[in-house]
Amino acid sequence: MATSDARSFAHHFDSAEQQRQSAALGMWIFLATEVMFFGGLFVAYIVYRASFPEAFAAASRRLDVELGAINTAVLIGSSLTMALAVRGAQQGRRVPIIIFLILTMILGSVFLGVKAHEYHHKAVEHLLPAHGFEFQADQARAAQIFFCLYFAMTGLHALHMIIGLGVLFVMLILAARGRFTTEYHNSIECAGLYWHFVDIIWIFLFPLLYLVGRHG
Amino acid sequence: MTVHIEKVWVYLLVFVSLLALTAVTAYVSFLDLGPFNNVVALGIAFLKAMLVVVFFMHLRHSPRLVPLVAGAAVLWLVILFALTLSDYLTRGWLGVVGR
Repeated sequence: MATSDARSFAHHFDSAEQQRQSAALGMWIFLATEVMFFGGLFVAYIVYRASFPEAFAAASRRLDVELGAINTAVLIGSSLTMALAVRGAQQGRRVPIIIFLILTMILGSVFLGVKAHEYHHKAVEHLLPAHGFEFQADQARAAQIFFCLYFAMTGLHALHMIIGLGVLFVMLILAARGRFTTEYHNSIECAGLYWHFVDIIWIFLFPLLYLVGRHG
Repeated sequence: MTVHIEKVWVYLLVFVSLLALTAVTAYVSFLDLGPFNNVVALGIAFLKAMLVVVFFMHLRHSPRLVPLVAGAAVLWLVILFALTLSDYLTRGWLGVVGR
């Protein structure tokens, strides 16, 4: 019954549990639209790679596979700490939430730092798909398409990471204020879903961009 | 129905599996398997994504609607790929008069 006690759910829900499930479902629907958003870039990648397989393999070999693999591990680690932060919220324990949120933000920042280093390196090597692009002459045009897709896909992914870091910062403030209880932890749960989704995008980007031309 | 709190060792096991699969996919990419390089790379990526979705994103303890939404997202992605590629990948199959 709606009494004057501090209710943990809004009046149009029957229970806190229903509110929590509704929030999570809404987040999943948003993530479905994000799948479509990235899907356009993935389909562009497939079409052009099918058209220029050799140039894509040659261009892919110019990426640093070690840094790519390290970044994959860093992002997977950040997903683990994010999951543990949400777990802390589910238990209503403030200290683990704060510790694991900070760890997640550190790992996310490391990922972006490595990415920035890679971008800089590509600029130094004249691999920006713009004026001054240098590549083996017969593959230069197709290689530019690869690097266009590389920067568009990893750039859009990095933008999602930056937004994610902003969201996590808000969660950190909420956690510090003791807003998350066993009854209410919807927002941090949704933030977690978003963070894991961004991880999944990278799980596909890593083999498609870095590992194409490694064999033979 | 209350919130299911996953055990920590489950998360750690998923984490270790994801790292191991990353190592495997990086290693296999250096072997020449012909067309199977793509199959292995995408297969491992899909497996990793499933681990994240099912455990980290709590799919296994979510109401039925959630897997439905996730499945719908994949279904529409497949439609996007299938219809686009049914054009691009088949253009060379038949000669066009006058070209």
